[in-house]
Amino acid sequence: MELSSDYLREKLQRGLEAEHVEVEDTTLNRCATSFRVLVVSAKFEGKPLLQRHRLVNECLAEELPHIHAFEQKTLTPEQWTRERRK
Amino acid sequence: MSASLGRAAAALLRWGRGASGGVLPGAGVRAASSGAGGGGQAEQLDAMVKKDKVVVFLKGTPEQPQCGFSNAVVQILRLHGVRDYAAYNVLDDPELRQGIKDYSNWPTIPQVFLNGEFVGGCDILLQMHQNGDLVEELKKLGIRSALLDEKTDQDSK
Repeated sequence: MELSSDYLREKLQRGLEAEHVEVEDTTLNRCATSFRVLVVSAKFEGKPLLQRHRLVNECLAEELPHIHAFEQKTLTPEQWTRERRK
Repeated sequence: MSASLGRAAAALLRWGRGASGGVLPGAGVRAASSGAGGGGQAEQLDAMVKKDKVVVFLKGTPEQPQCGFSNAVVQILRLHGVRDYAAYNVLDDPELRQGIKDYSNWPTIPQVFLNGEFVGGCDILLQMHQNGDLVEELKKLGIRSALLDEKTDQDSK
């Protein structure tokens, strides 16, 4: 198990059937392995924030214990489209 | 017997008031839960998160947060004028630090509880703040957000 942005991106993409995933390695800001992710997936539809974040947490259950700080943004495809228009 | 129950209750009341940061109590109260780490601790945490309407687990204290995410939670609560909340400093107690993660099945600190229910971490609180949900949730708890008293046109965002 490696902890690279690419690895996480792929895992999230597969695990959440995501339309779009961005993974940013924020380690330098946090002085320890840290990531910020954006996941866009239809699986989030109808789900409140906490549930969405738990889905992401479950997807990365193996990796999270080794990650010090983790930020996540979870959007449905519709929300993502709207956000990009801004 | 009632005297010792009274003492335990008093110890419970001393926990986690904002200013003192708060830690899990020492041997006295833990012994009361028959020593079994797992079960006893879950009950204690359950009591902690239900004792106050707004409960946060932070790295550091509201006066001196030790982490950017914990600080964000403190600042958001401050923006909404929420002053009366319980804040527990996980840096003071490694068992608390791990225990609360197990309790809420959530991997990181800070953790925010409203009305005894786990709401999320800093990301979620920030989004709730931005989309107006936090004002609503506070209202349900009988807390009027200070932001409602500000007359700005930020609300239309």
